[in-house]
Amino acid sequence: MKILIVEDDLDAAAYLTKAFREAGIVSDHASDGDSGLFLATENTYDVLIVDRMLPRRDGLSLISELRAKAIHTPALILSALGQVDDRVTGLRAGGDDYLPKPYAFSELLARVEVLGRRKGSPDQDMTYRVGDLELDRLAHVVRRGGKEILLQPREFRLLEYLMKNAGQVVTRTMLLENVWDYHFDPQTNVIDVHVSRLRSKIEKDFDQPLLRTVRGAGYMIKDEVSA
Amino acid sequence: MAAPRMASGVKALFRTTAVRLSALYLLLFAACAAFLVFYVTSMSQGLLRDQIRETVAQEASEIEQVFTRGGMNGLLRALERRARQPGANLYIIASPAGEILAGNVLSLQPGVLDQEGWTTAPFRYERYGDEGKSERHAALAEVFLLPNSLKILVGRDLGDPENFRGLVRQSLVVALGIMGIGALAIWYLIGRNALRRMDRMSGASQRIMDGDLTQRLPVGGSGDEFDRLSESLNAMLGRIEKLNEGLRQVSDNIAHDLKTPLTRLRNKAEAALAGKTEPAEFRESLSEIIAESDQLIRTFNALLMISRVEAGSAVAEMGPVDLTQIVADCVELYEPAAEDAGLSVKSEIAPDIQIIGNRELIGQALGNLLDNAIKYAEGASEGRIVVRLAREGETALLSVADNGPGIPAEHRADALKRFVRLDKSRSKPGTGLGLSLVEAVMEVHHGTLKLSATADEKGMEHGLTATMCFPASAVGKA
Repeated sequence: MKILIVEDDLDAAAYLTKAFREAGIVSDHASDGDSGLFLATENTYDVLIVDRMLPRRDGLSLISELRAKAIHTPALILSALGQVDDRVTGLRAGGDDYLPKPYAFSELLARVEVLGRRKGSPDQDMTYRVGDLELDRLAHVVRRGGKEILLQPREFRLLEYLMKNAGQVVTRTMLLENVWDYHFDPQTNVIDVHVSRLRSKIEKDFDQPLLRTVRGAGYMIKDEVSA
Repeated sequence: MAAPRMASGVKALFRTTAVRLSALYLLLFAACAAFLVFYVTSMSQGLLRDQIRETVAQEASEIEQVFTRGGMNGLLRALERRARQPGANLYIIASPAGEILAGNVLSLQPGVLDQEGWTTAPFRYERYGDEGKSERHAALAEVFLLPNSLKILVGRDLGDPENFRGLVRQSLVVALGIMGIGALAIWYLIGRNALRRMDRMSGASQRIMDGDLTQRLPVGGSGDEFDRLSESLNAMLGRIEKLNEGLRQVSDNIAHDLKTPLTRLRNKAEAALAGKTEPAEFRESLSEIIAESDQLIRTFNALLMISRVEAGSAVAEMGPVDLTQIVADCVELYEPAAEDAGLSVKSEIAPDIQIIGNRELIGQALGNLLDNAIKYAEGASEGRIVVRLAREGETALLSVADNGPGIPAEHRADALKRFVRLDKSRSKPGTGLGLSLVEAVMEVHHGTLKLSATADEKGMEHGLTATMCFPASAVGKA
């Protein structure tokens, strides 16, 4: 995966470049909006990370310009402005995700990986499979080893999102955003409780664990045996 | 000493709007009055002249008849008789060359007799009996020829109309004078009164500017425009004072709530650097440091959000939202966590309540209330949380009730203040901003947040009930 980081803070950019390299992601860096636009137009990237406030051309205008040129590389907006309405304007300008500063790198990494994956495969699978776990999106049925598991509607959506991003870390905020469609900070461990309930339902009678807790980051569903 | 002060007082008086306006009005009224008086005068003068002409013309025709009937002798006798009457008209019999032969006029402005018909303008003459007096009179007259080519002049003195004009002029001057003096006196009284009140208001504003925000502008109680102005300025001052107070409280609390974790953060880093040697120990210290900074970021985010919400920038994103759905979502989101904490959750959610609002903000606010309820009801015997959404008349009430320790009535107002955590030991996690944020969110929705005690079936009070009240304006429009 190759990404472009458009960030005018050189320290932050150097840190990101290094951290992404350690995670196995190659990155280019542009330090202002114009050169960012140039690079994003000339080269092909899997994901763009765009700071909202940039010299010469701000992040939002960079993204709308790209979209106007029919370049649909997924873009994640980083911003010190983290309020509800800022997120809305960011996504309206053509951004695909929005992360307020300061953020945990694990959160950024998880989101970039999900965005990078999204680009390649349009989501047409009607059935998700992880190991012997099977989720039928049309029939709303979950089976493991051929045995049906009964889930609440929200648990179903939670599992659906986890399985859609199987093998990737999803953070608690990503779950809140994508499964519940809220962007606030729930403060307590509300998401963890939902996940652990789901986990007990899908792992109760089976030896092989599927849903892992990734320390300091979030959760990942993965078939440990075949992987 | 007194004179310059007086002069400056008058100067100040003329700087007031009331006096300037009155001066303008006085000029306008004086001009109108003058115009009116002159108009009436000239009209009545014209009327008088017409009357004079009529009488003169009538006499002239009578004199002509006397001449035809009685000849020259009859004419002379008749004129003599008429001339002797008090207030008589003017009569002259003159030669064709214009020499006065008989009549009651001594001398005449030259040229008057030269032209037959009406004298076009008032002329001057001297009467018998007035000799010596230099005074000459103006008169209006008709001149005509007798068949024997003698000239006859019949005229009437204009003395009376002239007097009339003088009288009018004099009364005009007197009236204008009284008007001017009266206006000056009234302006002075009104203007000075206005000035005094303005002085009091600027005095109060000066004290406020000097930093005493508890000062208020004087309100006279008459409900006039000054009072209305003072009242709205006072309301504004109240709002400013409240904001200022909040700001000061925040800066006071920042010392504690932001500096304390920062100090802890620094101490941990220092301790790790000085005392730890094993990588596992460093790892543990570092993750503690990250957790500590996450809490700090949380506090900052909450503070920013409150200030953004209070500044009203979230208002732009208001729209029709399904309150029932939001409440159901939030209950569903927090229920497992509450159950894990050993609490039962009961919800009574009225269907189909639509309001104008911001889904994220309401969700966050309700989340904060549920989070608080879970935190404080945890450990209570048969701990439970009741979430209720109901329509009450035009308003929508959303309440979260717990049966935890609750907040004593006298501390409830404090609980809404920023950074105030009634739990002095601060053993529970939290920013101390939760309820402030809920209150700010309710303010955006023009609603209120009320804290009260939870009453159980037996009427016993325990625990806390937080009620978000959405007003009719938000409920009705959706």
